[in-house]
Amino acid sequence: MAISFTLNGKPQSVDVSPDMPLLWVLRDTLNMTGTKFGCGMALCGACTVHINGEATRSCITAISSVAGKKVTTIEGLSVDGSHPVQKAWMEEDVPQCGYCQSGQIMSAVALLSKKPNPTDTDIDDAMSGNICRCGTYQRIRKAIHRAASMQAGKA
Amino acid sequence: MAIAPVVNRRDFLKTGAAGGVALVVGFHLSPAALADQAQDQEKKTPNPFDAWVRITPDNRVTLILGKSEMGQGIMTALPMILAEELCVDWKQVKVQQAPTNPKMYDLGTGGSGSVAGSWLPLRRAGAAAREMLVAAAAKQWEVGPDTCKAQDGQVVHGHPQRSLSYGELVEAASKLPIPNLNTVPLKNSDDFTVVGHDTRRFEGRDKATGSAKFGIDSRVPGMLFAVVARCPVFGGKLASFDAATAKAVPGVRDVIPFETSGRGASTTGGVAVLADNSWAAIQGRNTLEVKWEEGPAAKESTAELQKQFLANAAKPGRVLRNEGDADSALGSSAKKIEAVYELPFAPHACMEPMNCTVQIRPDGAEAWIPTQAPQWAQGVIAEASKLPPEKVIVHTTLMGGGFGRRYQADFVMEAAQVATKSAGRPVMVLWTREDDMHHGFYRPASYHKMQGALDANGNLAAWKHFQTSTSIAAKWSQEGANDPGLGEFGTGATIPYITPNLRLEYTLAESSVPRAWWRSVEHSSSGFVVESFIDEIAAAAGQDPLAFRLKLIGEDRKIPRFGEEKATPLDTARLKGVLKLAAEKAGWGKPLPKGMGRGIAAFFSFNSYTAAVAEASVKDGAVKLHRLVYAVDCGRPINPDGIRAQVESAAIYGLSAALHDAITIKDGRVEQSNFNDYQMPRISATPKTEVHVIMSKEEPTGIGEPGLPVVTPAMCNAIFAATGKRIRRLPIRAGDLA
Repeated sequence: MAISFTLNGKPQSVDVSPDMPLLWVLRDTLNMTGTKFGCGMALCGACTVHINGEATRSCITAISSVAGKKVTTIEGLSVDGSHPVQKAWMEEDVPQCGYCQSGQIMSAVALLSKKPNPTDTDIDDAMSGNICRCGTYQRIRKAIHRAASMQAGKA
Repeated sequence: MAIAPVVNRRDFLKTGAAGGVALVVGFHLSPAALADQAQDQEKKTPNPFDAWVRITPDNRVTLILGKSEMGQGIMTALPMILAEELCVDWKQVKVQQAPTNPKMYDLGTGGSGSVAGSWLPLRRAGAAAREMLVAAAAKQWEVGPDTCKAQDGQVVHGHPQRSLSYGELVEAASKLPIPNLNTVPLKNSDDFTVVGHDTRRFEGRDKATGSAKFGIDSRVPGMLFAVVARCPVFGGKLASFDAATAKAVPGVRDVIPFETSGRGASTTGGVAVLADNSWAAIQGRNTLEVKWEEGPAAKESTAELQKQFLANAAKPGRVLRNEGDADSALGSSAKKIEAVYELPFAPHACMEPMNCTVQIRPDGAEAWIPTQAPQWAQGVIAEASKLPPEKVIVHTTLMGGGFGRRYQADFVMEAAQVATKSAGRPVMVLWTREDDMHHGFYRPASYHKMQGALDANGNLAAWKHFQTSTSIAAKWSQEGANDPGLGEFGTGATIPYITPNLRLEYTLAESSVPRAWWRSVEHSSSGFVVESFIDEIAAAAGQDPLAFRLKLIGEDRKIPRFGEEKATPLDTARLKGVLKLAAEKAGWGKPLPKGMGRGIAAFFSFNSYTAAVAEASVKDGAVKLHRLVYAVDCGRPINPDGIRAQVESAAIYGLSAALHDAITIKDGRVEQSNFNDYQMPRISATPKTEVHVIMSKEEPTGIGEPGLPVVTPAMCNAIFAATGKRIRRLPIRAGDLA
C-alpha cells in the first residue's frame, strides 16, 4: 500500500513494507544517500532527518508513521550548500571523513530553529546524540555559534 | 602487494585515463621506484610510474594516484603541494583515484605516510610540467624560456605583458621531452604561496551537503543488498542453515552460503541474505536459522587472556634489547619503581560500517570499495572470480573513517565470494554496526611490567620494560617473516630518556581474536606506558614532570631507532621543542583551580613529534578532561589547519581510548555490540583543544596518527596531579579513581 508524505517540500509516495524504516526508504528506495546508516538503533545520530521540523532518527522511524508528515533531509536544506548551517560548516572546515556530518547538520539546524542563540550547554544537550569518530566536536560547536551569528545578521 | 612491471607514458595514454589532448607527466610515489627513476630516464626505458599529473586544454589539472581520502585530507594537502610548483590555484587540482592497473604500482594509504611520501615526488612532477609549459610558450613566442614566467595557471612574458594559459599550451607542451625529475629546478621555499597556508578541505562542500559519495552510497543498476550471518565465535564454521524463514521476508531474493579463508579473512565465511534493499536483507539475516561449529576459540575470554598475561609476566621474556645490566641496577638502586600497565583490545569503530559492492561478469569485474588498500582488494576479487587482475576494476570511494580498519580486505573477500554466486548481479555486502563490532581487527591487548631505578642524584639508573601481548605481527606476517616482539614496542623501544641500563623483554600471548593496525598502532600502547611510567619515576624522584623529562632527554642529539637503523633517528632537540612549547602555551607551573591537575606527555611516532598538556579533574568517580594543549612538529606544515584538525581528531580518538575503548571477550565472542554497550565520547566530553604547529623547514612527516599516543598519558598524569591516583589500565575505571 502506498504511503504518502512530503519530502523536502515535494509530495512523495512509496510502496514499501509499512515497518520499513524511513532511513532505508530514503537510501535504498529513493536513492537519496545523504542520510547515513550508523547504528540502526538511534544511538549515533548519523540518520537524523526532520519530521515536521523535529530532529528524528530515521533508522527507527517506520515509514508508516511518516504518512502525511513533512520530512526534510540534508538534501532539502539547500542544493548548493547555501543554508547558513552548511556555510558555517564549510567555513569552520568541520568535516573530516564527513560520514556523520549530515546527521550533525540536521541536529544543528533543529537546535537553531528552537534556540537561535544557543549556549555551549544548549549545544551539548542538543548534539549529544550525534557521534563523530573523527572527533570534530570542537569545530561543530564553533560552527553552530557561527551559524547563529549568520542567522542573527540576516534577521 | 603485487609488484608492477612496467608502464610508460604511451601505455598510460592508451589506457584512456589521459583522454584526448593532454600534458601528462608520470612519476613515482614509491621510494624504491623514485631511486630508479633517473636511471630509467637516462636509459630511456619505460618507467614503472605509479602516479600521474594530467593537464587538459580546459585548464583542469588532475592528480592521479593511489591514495584514499578517509578524512585525513589528502585531497587537499597533495594538490596543494603540486599546485605550489605548478603555479596554479590549488582548487584547480583534482585528485583522481588511480585505476588499479596491475601494471602500475598502486600504493595503499596508511602509516601517516601520504604527505611525507608524496612531498618530493609531487614537487618534482609539478616543476617538470611547469618547465614544459614555459618551454612551449617560449617556443611559440620565439623567446628564451628564462625570460618567461609561470604564474596563476599561465605563462607570461615581457612588457606589456602577454600571456598564454596552461590549457592553450597543453598540446605543444605535450610534445616536448619531460625534464629529468631528479634535477628539475624546484621553487625556493621562501617563495611558497600555497604550502604552509591554512586551506579548507577540498571536498568540504560535498560533505556539508550530503552529496559526498561513500562506499555505502554506491548504487549500480540491478544491484542487490546483502547482509551476512557469521559465526560469532572467532574461527567458527558454518554447520548448517535453513533459508526458509529468511526467504519468506518480503524483498529477500536469495540466501547464499560462502567461505572465506587465508591471510586477510576475519571469519571463515557465512551465509549471505540478498535482498532488494538493506532493510529486507537485515530482516532476512535476523530470521535466518544457522547452526555453527564454534571450534576451539569458544573457550577464549578476556579473563583467560589475563591469566595468560600474568603467567607470562611471572617468567622472563625473550630479550629484545639489553644495554648495561638493568637487573643489577634495579637491585642496587637508591629507589626502585615498579608498575603494571594494561590495555585492552580496541575497535576502530568507523562511522561508516564496512561495505563493498562487487559485480562479477564472465568478462570482467567491477567494484566500489571504501578501501585503504585498493590493490589488495583487486587481487582478492581476481582470486575469487578467477579473472586476471587487469580485468578487475576497483573504484576507491570516499570512506567514512579508516583508522587502519579499511586496510583489511576481509569485507572485500566476502563481497567477492557472494558476487561469484549472484548470477552476475552486482551485490553490496553491508555490515551492520553489530557486525562491525563483532568482527573487527582490534588493537592488540597488552600487559606491561615496568621497572625503573633512580640513583642517588635522581637520574634514571635503569629502565626495564617487559611486554606480553597479542601481537599484530603474529597475526599478519607471512610465516617466519616478522617475529612478534620489537615491532610491538614501536618507538617505545627507543626511549629518549638517558639511562645506562636498559632492558626490553617480550612474550607472545596466544589469541584467536583478530588484531591489526589501529590509529597509531603500537604507539597507542607504548605512548601510554612509557609516558605514564616516566611520570611515576619523576614523582618518585620528587621532580617536576617537565623538568625531569628535559633533564633525562639531555643534550641535542640524534638517537638511532633501535632495531630500525635505516629509519629516521629521534631528534632530541625537536622532542624538547614540542615539550617546551606545549608547556609554555599551557601555562605549565601556574596555579590551577582546586581539584584540577595538569599532566604532560611527549612522544615520537611516524617521524613526528607531539607533546600535550592536559588539565583534568575527577568528580563523583568520573574524569573530566577540561583542556588539551598540543605542540606538534611534523616537519614543514603543508596545510596547518589540516594538521590542527588531525590532531584535534586524534585527541578525541585518544580520549575514547582513555574513557571507553575496550572490546572484551567471553565464550570466544565479543561482548559489545553497538553504541549502547560500547560508548564513544560525545560533544559534551570534548575538552578545549589548542594545537600549536611548529613552522618547521624539515621534510614533512606524518600527522594522521601522531596526535594520539600522548593523549592518554597526559590525561592520566593530570589525574595523578589532581588526585594522587595513578591510572595504569585503560579504559579508566571508576574504581581506579577512588
